[in-house]
Amino acid sequence: MRGIKKKLHGIFGLIFALMPSLAWAGGKKASMLVVVADTRRISNPIFHYFANLYNTNITLFALWAVVLTALYGCALGLLMDFIMERTGLDLRTRKIIEH
Amino acid sequence: MDWLYIYMPIAGFKIFWPGLVLIGFSVGVIGGFFGMGGAWMVTPGLNILGFPMAFAIGTDIAHIAGKSMIATFRHGKFGNVDYKLGFVMLVGTMIGIECGARIVMWLERIGQVGRVVRWVYVVFLFLIALMVFVDYAKAVRKKKRGIVEGEKGAEGITWYKTLHRIKIPPMVHFKTAGFTCSAWLPIMVSYATGVLAGFLGIGGGLLRMPALVYFVGCPTHIAVGTDLFEVMISGLYGAFTYSLKGRIELVAVFIMLTGAAIGAQIGTVATKYSKGYGIRVAFGSAVVCCMISIILKQLKYNLPAAILILGAITTISLYIMITMFRGAAAELREKKARMATAHSS
Repeated sequence: MRGIKKKLHGIFGLIFALMPSLAWAGGKKASMLVVVADTRRISNPIFHYFANLYNTNITLFALWAVVLTALYGCALGLLMDFIMERTGLDLRTRKIIEH
Repeated sequence: MDWLYIYMPIAGFKIFWPGLVLIGFSVGVIGGFFGMGGAWMVTPGLNILGFPMAFAIGTDIAHIAGKSMIATFRHGKFGNVDYKLGFVMLVGTMIGIECGARIVMWLERIGQVGRVVRWVYVVFLFLIALMVFVDYAKAVRKKKRGIVEGEKGAEGITWYKTLHRIKIPPMVHFKTAGFTCSAWLPIMVSYATGVLAGFLGIGGGLLRMPALVYFVGCPTHIAVGTDLFEVMISGLYGAFTYSLKGRIELVAVFIMLTGAAIGAQIGTVATKYSKGYGIRVAFGSAVVCCMISIILKQLKYNLPAAILILGAITTISLYIMITMFRGAAAELREKKARMATAHSS
């Protein structure tokens, strides 16, 4: 029994070791590179949450990415609008002169 | 000097954050002035800072979406965005991008994608630059001869006039842009530019802005604002798809957006002090730089290509900033003088 177990371990070990070379020899197109965020190096809790989300739920991460980009864009747009209004420039009218 | 570097939590490396702010700022200036995303400038810039290529494109697209939002906000207040035209064109753009992407997949299957895409891009950039400069030369000749047509003054290329004669219903009036045409014209133009954008893997601002001017008949300023509105929507969609593929670094997006917020104000306000043809010629020069850099990359001269792109970004940004600050200073002086006269009388 112990002998069969050893042989099985050996076969599985060999398959595991040969797997990359077998995949390589298969000649098929390589699948997309999977990137994993290393959360062990992040101390900031917000960064940690997003890095963790990136690893575990990419759809929710994508939604957050779009929503946060849009929100930050809007917030910066409003802030810059507030600042620009105070420059004294007329920012509501302009003449269209082509030439 | 460790404080000048910030850790990117997803890509897992440290980056020089003032460099990101500077890239965001410059592309904000140029994008706000020309009405384009500027991916051709951001991606090499990020690469130079040491950003992995896998993350550069997704990060770039998300930043472009946010930046275009800020610039559209400002252009909208000037009345430079024709939202109706933007929504009509969105239909053609989306279908076009999908068709373009399918052509790329077909080329990929026959193993020709890389070379064909790059050379088609070069040919189109050449044609755009040629169109812009021929138009300018023609307009200058007409102006010298005193030929002025309609409200827009001396114009070089007027293909849109011929296209406006096509009266296939439904006819739509675009109030902000100031013309009436068949709805099929902007749809077909946006479809064509969408196919090219999808095929070339770019946002499309580089193609759509001149298409809006020469084929749809938008005044240059409205073309810039409306195009930015389109870039904003396609950019948000692009940000979502690239995030799903895990190719985005949100921290970098936010840092770049902070610089872009200031840059976009300068670029957008500068359009107020520029004539339409001034914008067109500067745009043509940017297209030429983009074209040469792609040819250099194709010939494996990567360093000269990067130098050319960075040089072009610096020169064009400086030109736009000078235009904006000069114009703003003149406007404030004039305002002050008016107020002084009102006080004295």
